[in-house]
Amino acid sequence: MAVSQLIGASIKRREDPQLITGSGSFVEDMPQTAVAHLYVVRSTQAHARILGIETSRAREASGVLAIWTGKDLQPEFQAPLPVTVSFVAEKKYPSMYPIATDRVRYVGEPIAVVVATSRSAAEDAAERLDIRYQSLPVVLDIERALAADSPVLHDEIGSNISYDVKRSAGDIEAAFREAEVRISQRLVQQRLIPVAVEGRGVLAEYKPFANSLTVWSSTQIPHFVKVWLGVILGIPEGKVRVVAQDVGGGFGSKIRVYPEEVLVALASRRLGRPVKWTEDRNENMKATHHGRSQIWDVEIAARRDGTVLGVRATQYLDLGAYCSQFGTFMAIALLIAQGPYKLKAFDGRGVGVFTNRTPTDAYRGAGRPEATYLIERVMDLVAHEVGLDPVEVRRKNFVPAAEQPFANLFGLTYDSGDYNLTLDKALTMVDYPAFRREQAEARKRGKYLGIGFSTYLEICGLGPSAATTPATGIGLWGMSVVNLHFTGKATVIIGSSPHGQGHETTFAQIVGDALGLPLEDIEVVHGDTAIGPMGMNTYGSRSASVDGAAVHLSAVKVREKARKIAAHLLEAAEADVVYESGKAFVKGAPSKSLTIQEITGAAFQPHRLPPGMEGGMEATTFFDPPNFVWPFGAHVALVEVDGETGATRVVRYVAVDDCGTRLNPMVVEGQVHGGIAQGIGQALYEEAVYDEEGQLKTGTLVDYMVPCAPDLPSFETAATITPSPSNPLGVKGIGEAGTIASTPAVINAIVDALQPFGVKDIDMPATPEKVWRLMHQNGGTTR
Amino acid sequence: MIPAAFDYVAPRSLPEATAELVKHGEEAKVLAGGHSLIPLMRLRLSTPSFLVDIGRIRDLSYIKEVDGYVAFGPLTTHHEIEFSDVVKRKLPMLASAAHQIGDPQVRNRGTIGGAAAHADPNGDYPSCLLALDATFVAVSPRGNRTIAAKDFFVDTFTSALEPDEILQEVRVPVVEGSVGTYLKFSRRSQDWAIVAVGVQLHLKGHNVDRVAVALTAMGSTPLRATAVEQALLGKAGHEEEIRAASEKAADGTSPPQDLNASPDYRRHLATVLTRRALEQVTGHH
Repeated sequence: MAVSQLIGASIKRREDPQLITGSGSFVEDMPQTAVAHLYVVRSTQAHARILGIETSRAREASGVLAIWTGKDLQPEFQAPLPVTVSFVAEKKYPSMYPIATDRVRYVGEPIAVVVATSRSAAEDAAERLDIRYQSLPVVLDIERALAADSPVLHDEIGSNISYDVKRSAGDIEAAFREAEVRISQRLVQQRLIPVAVEGRGVLAEYKPFANSLTVWSSTQIPHFVKVWLGVILGIPEGKVRVVAQDVGGGFGSKIRVYPEEVLVALASRRLGRPVKWTEDRNENMKATHHGRSQIWDVEIAARRDGTVLGVRATQYLDLGAYCSQFGTFMAIALLIAQGPYKLKAFDGRGVGVFTNRTPTDAYRGAGRPEATYLIERVMDLVAHEVGLDPVEVRRKNFVPAAEQPFANLFGLTYDSGDYNLTLDKALTMVDYPAFRREQAEARKRGKYLGIGFSTYLEICGLGPSAATTPATGIGLWGMSVVNLHFTGKATVIIGSSPHGQGHETTFAQIVGDALGLPLEDIEVVHGDTAIGPMGMNTYGSRSASVDGAAVHLSAVKVREKARKIAAHLLEAAEADVVYESGKAFVKGAPSKSLTIQEITGAAFQPHRLPPGMEGGMEATTFFDPPNFVWPFGAHVALVEVDGETGATRVVRYVAVDDCGTRLNPMVVEGQVHGGIAQGIGQALYEEAVYDEEGQLKTGTLVDYMVPCAPDLPSFETAATITPSPSNPLGVKGIGEAGTIASTPAVINAIVDALQPFGVKDIDMPATPEKVWRLMHQNGGTTR
Repeated sequence: MIPAAFDYVAPRSLPEATAELVKHGEEAKVLAGGHSLIPLMRLRLSTPSFLVDIGRIRDLSYIKEVDGYVAFGPLTTHHEIEFSDVVKRKLPMLASAAHQIGDPQVRNRGTIGGAAAHADPNGDYPSCLLALDATFVAVSPRGNRTIAAKDFFVDTFTSALEPDEILQEVRVPVVEGSVGTYLKFSRRSQDWAIVAVGVQLHLKGHNVDRVAVALTAMGSTPLRATAVEQALLGKAGHEEEIRAASEKAADGTSPPQDLNASPDYRRHLATVLTRRALEQVTGHH
């Protein structure tokens, strides 16, 4: 194999010039003539019966083409929106259709659509609808929803409990018998709003006589949307094409088949013309799914020496008003909560609950942030309880490197990793002893510094096909096509569908190394179901390790074919021909060589090929990995708390991540930076808040506080490299690691800073007032 | 998020503009930088049927020093005030406040006239203009009148301007040799203040002879901390005097409860910020 030149190089993202100059191709940029604009009329009530929707006055408004209520459209749906197994086969859930007919269960649920010649005409007409509701009692709180006398959202289920399941391994009773220390703690994962910079958008064009449907959607999952639009609208799958070109962020919020995708397609079919819907920020905040929204009750069994023996944990998961497509995926947390530590037992219980709020689904990390928050807070709680350094407690409990690959309590096998490696590097970067001295000095002056650790381990890289079937209902794998054109230029089709990850650059680097082609000769295409085999889309930090591996394998297949053709043309034995840096030559005689361009030219002239060989230079790979990948790392947050106001500032943030081989370190660091910012957002700033009637109070970006650049420190990043044995590139996912790791690091740091006040925990987001109140709960005196 | 339909006119002079206001009465709104009005219209929380855009009228953007005060044209942007040498030297509290409004985009578009007329008790200018004893010149077809700051901010989002009036000038008296600052407490750097405190003070000899303390987001109107001001007048501004005076910062206020802070917390912040601001300008920090 050629010496790797492109893999590992920090090449600037090729997709950026168009994105940062406004030349991208988002749904809103698609050129369309005669497009009609759809506006979704949404419930203004959190729980109500729809008594009637009077449309006559709205129909008279100028520019209106059609107004349909849920009752008008319901007969056309041949199936409800999809719901996957997502780790809880035992759950009960109602069928959710794209639009409500007689009852609404959250503010923002679609109840009617207005189609008009412009978006403003549609919005104006919608104001003239007369919608009559009969209000029903609302339930907005997980614990209230569980109460026997709670209002019930779904009569057919009979309670608000979707599931109540056990996920236990090891002898938890023995662990608690052996324990010298027992700690109980409630940990709350507040409800978050994903806030992708580009909201969702859908443009649909239905051709009546062909019965064909093309949908452009701002989605992470064009291949799944294609399947389900066909099923729901009764169109053969081969007649449906879904395209996701540039997509302005997802963070999991574009991972499901959404009501609007169905509604816009249906409107186009009914009107016989293209129809478009663009989500505005108001809609985005309440109509696009939310994340987290969980309560965890935790009991810890530990020894005085810091050994954590076992954990009992109940995860109350707020599903919102319905069960979303991957709504119960977050129950994965129960299977992986032990993290990088050797626990003897984990006794988990998962309870899924319906409330009158926006449905929840995957949000960056999806279950791994919750699991990591749990175990990283556990490590600190134990350290404080037994009076040991949180670093020492972690080291004591780490799975030793010598025991890798290591099967966790639930039989999931960690692929590789030396967890002390990243921790050691992080400690050096922060100069831990110096920080502890500075902290002690500062406390004397009434200044409160804190340090927080998060030595996370996460699971990603979905596939493997068999193991992911319980997660998704279908197996996941990677797909690629590498196709060389007559002139030797490459087109690479990938099964993942990036929305900010940089695949057009990193996947070209993979092919460039395998075939010795320059980057400018390699095009990476994605997100169009008409141009290649079915792909499995982008989510769960999967792309590099499965689709990237598939790209590598296809390129290797092409290289092997090139070598065979070259041997034939050079009249040499196949075994004597080597391929290096874009050329094939006879071993020891590099002057007699053929370039990949010459070989590809020959591949399209069958008479020049070895007997029996088919023409063309194309290879397809469906890569089913043998295992998941398990990236890990050590994140350290240093915070300063204002003793008078409670204001908390992250003054330094050090992240050492091990994601195996780094295809492009600059892209890796970009992912880490964004992830950390989002995780700090949960720790310090963000929370979706509802009033007692179920109206979202944080419905704008003034109230829902996403942190901005001036609110964050410059992140200090570093890496160790432990290649994964799960794929030929040795890569592990990195798209979510920053978010998974950073939230507990920041909270651990705040609790550390507040040690003089006897503080053991703080609910997120750690707002200045919450911190101030904790400092003053004992009259403001320090211990 | 598309505003309801409205008509729009961009007159070239103030008399033309006020004539439009007379013609359309309560249905009309004046558009300056648009940083308060347009977001409200996009949410359809405000649905004026007529907009009078004063942005094309010449000579409404200026900072002039006249007989003991600084005069601001209503279209003077936050950015211009933030970077004005005159304002930095003569009205340090106001310059400091301007620097902390929103983000650079907001400061490049938002105007002092718009911010004053919007009368938001959480805005950074109104409390400063109140504490600094600004006067506001209003023009209408009926003529000009001058309104003192204490009479200008009537209620939340309500100024003393009549529907046919446009704010023509904001005048802020200068006390030469004053020191001042504006301390803004917010969760994110670009946010509205949870509480902000502006102080500007002048020493005669060794004693405070003029002091202004502005309170932002501490009630339904912009406020000044008169008890703090009273406590400091005639004092030398020693650390203990500052501490004692600052304890009175929240006296008589009824701060709001919202997602970011309780009234108690706001009262506490007001005292802390007042003390810090005073310490900073007197060199005791």
